[in-house]
Amino acid sequence: MEGGGSYGSDLDNLKATELRLGLPGTDEPKKLPSMLPRSSKWAILEATKRSSSEIKSVEKDQKPAAKAQIVGWPPIRSYRKNSYQAMKMEAETTGMYVKVSMDGAPYLRKIDLKVYKGYKELREALEDMFKCFSLGEISRMDESNVYEYAITYEDKDGDWMLVGDVPWEMFLSSCKRMRIMKGSEAKGLGSIP
Amino acid sequence: MREERSDMSEDEDGGGGSAKSRGGGGAPPPFSDQVLEIVLENVLQFLSSRRDRNAASLVCRSWYRAEAQTRRELFIGNCYAVSPRRATERFRRIRAVVLKGKPRFADFGLVPINWGAHFHPWVSAMAAAYPWLEKLCLKRMSVADGDLSLLAHSFPNFRELSLICCEGFSTAGLAVIAEKCRHLRVLDLIEDYLEDDEDEMVDWISRFPETTTCLESLGFDCVGGAVNFEALEALVTRSPALRRLRVNHHVSVEQLHRLMARAPQLTHLGTGSFGSAAAAAAAAIPQGGNNVVDLVSTFAASKSLVCLSGFRDMAPQYLPAIYPVCASLTSLNFSFAEISAEELIPVIRHCHSLQIFWVLDTVRDEGLQAVAATCKDLRELRVFPLDATEDSEGSVSDVGLIAISEGCRKLRSILYFCQQMTNVAVVTMSKNCQDLVVFRLCIMGRRRPDHVTGEPMDEGFGAIVMNCKKLRRLAVSGLLTDKAFAYIGKYGKLVRTLSVAFAGNTDLALMYVLEGCTKLQKLEIRDSPFGDSALPAGLHHYYNMRFLWMSSCKLSVRGCMEVAQRLPHLVVEVIRERDEDDDHEAVEKLYMYRSLAGPRNDAPPFVEIL
Repeated sequence: MEGGGSYGSDLDNLKATELRLGLPGTDEPKKLPSMLPRSSKWAILEATKRSSSEIKSVEKDQKPAAKAQIVGWPPIRSYRKNSYQAMKMEAETTGMYVKVSMDGAPYLRKIDLKVYKGYKELREALEDMFKCFSLGEISRMDESNVYEYAITYEDKDGDWMLVGDVPWEMFLSSCKRMRIMKGSEAKGLGSIP
Repeated sequence: MREERSDMSEDEDGGGGSAKSRGGGGAPPPFSDQVLEIVLENVLQFLSSRRDRNAASLVCRSWYRAEAQTRRELFIGNCYAVSPRRATERFRRIRAVVLKGKPRFADFGLVPINWGAHFHPWVSAMAAAYPWLEKLCLKRMSVADGDLSLLAHSFPNFRELSLICCEGFSTAGLAVIAEKCRHLRVLDLIEDYLEDDEDEMVDWISRFPETTTCLESLGFDCVGGAVNFEALEALVTRSPALRRLRVNHHVSVEQLHRLMARAPQLTHLGTGSFGSAAAAAAAAIPQGGNNVVDLVSTFAASKSLVCLSGFRDMAPQYLPAIYPVCASLTSLNFSFAEISAEELIPVIRHCHSLQIFWVLDTVRDEGLQAVAATCKDLRELRVFPLDATEDSEGSVSDVGLIAISEGCRKLRSILYFCQQMTNVAVVTMSKNCQDLVVFRLCIMGRRRPDHVTGEPMDEGFGAIVMNCKKLRRLAVSGLLTDKAFAYIGKYGKLVRTLSVAFAGNTDLALMYVLEGCTKLQKLEIRDSPFGDSALPAGLHHYYNMRFLWMSSCKLSVRGCMEVAQRLPHLVVEVIRERDEDDDHEAVEKLYMYRSLAGPRNDAPPFVEIL
């Protein structure tokens, strides 16, 4: 409020009112390696490598958190370290194997949900996977325009839900396993996609 | 395995690096001496060890000349230890060159980019002096595409290029090599950083000659972008001499299958991703089963395979495909494959002949126990941490180390990353594995004591230097007092390379090492409380060393300057990354090395040479 450092404090106040993305209290980071859409872990690796010097300057500005990453420790070659980081990132965002059962089938299957781009691909893959059991088509409807089978999943809370209601990403993070059940049983689950 | 060359034996390099300067020239010797020299040359040409050659060259002038004429392989352990001109003037008939540049800690980001180690002055000098050059091996050098182009155009008989941990070049440079080096037998790219933009990559594989090639070894697992697969398959098909092929992660297991079918004579195979291309993965049904069956028979047909690596994106269902070759494998690198003990055990059970094994700590102690149970011939083990941070859970421990020591008695080299360790385990290894030459233990938690007794790790490392009489390379970690270094100085008489981090209490520790380790050549220290008063302890020895690296210790300019003044043939580099905010006197990073060339003229602004 005093005259002396007023210009500086005005700037600070201005900054506080600045509209930008990000949590309050954090500075907008300088260019960090962009996460490329497809499982391009090697692009991540390359981007990580290229902006490592930029990350260094970011770390200098933002006082690092309690567990400061020491440069070059543990002593793993950058090439290897970047590969492992990419592997871990991919592991965190990929590899979701869930069991799939189908009423009437003698055994279950397991699929990696991450491989599919959306519900349509998933449905097609399931169709393919279970047709060998000759139980009928998952996508076929009977006379009253009701699907013969319903694809359902158990979510994190243990509830059985109809596949297709929530956005794909949300489905991925909440699906624990799946069951293809006879349409007659599924009536209680609500509208069929 | 190609990787073993990165631990190339570190002999004293006399290849121009000897501190005793020798001038050539003078009046030509009398006739009888000339005859003697010719006879001598005929004898000396059989001398291959460079240490023997260095010794021979010191006998007298005549021997010096004869040796210089007959030396075919030039080893430069530090590119700044001698000038290219001097090296090429002394040795006139070189066919093979090994050239190393940056200090090893550059691998961990401790050396700023643009520090140096430029290949350019060397390739320029060699282009003029060695038209018959056949082989080149570069390690930690900065190599530009222009340098590769000059290389390709200057050496008509060029046969072998190995680039290890180099940077600065791109697929454009590789394209020129492929196109112009018509006699190329070996192109090995190992852990290099290529400067490619995703959209500017050059299809270098297509540039190899269209006729039958003499390629014996092609390794490009570090090349970031996908290569033209059809061209690669065609290349493999027309390279009947190909024995070693290491592809990058863009090559799927289906593609690998095709390549293997074209080259059943391979001895070394880098398998690329070893996972399915995405489309095939989505199917994941009976077809998948057939794929594995086909792959198994392909491996069964590759009767010469002794070395496997790659597995960058491995789909576990494909792992059994390698069973047919396990029994004859001498080298297996799983260090990029996240496999569990359950997945490893069925594989390793068959690997009776294994000598070199690299693996991720995801296999846990249990996996290592399985290794110990089967691989009785194991010489080299490296266990890398998937989660390379200080506070990660830690998947391998003293249990795994003890198991290995009990099962693999012929072990010579070990690199082991863990979160915690006990002295007992290290002592056990020192007693069981008497053949150890390389012992590198990295306890990732800095200054961590023995997790059972709470004591420093002094006794463990002490036992290693005491009991392992052949030890030449040592890397220490964990909580260490000066006592550990007293042991090292007292017993580590053959130690040539020592790596120290976050260890020791006082200058005494460094003094013990400098005074005691008479064969010490490479000393790299970081974040340890050693100051100026320790440096003089090594004055008698620095000329015998390749280099000394000290970073984040307690050195000052004054102390380093004293060394620089006492030893004129020592180049003392002070590397300052930060701007001069605080202490001008403090030396953040010291890199000093003997040199006949004097201070280098390509030092960047952040390097001060005292």
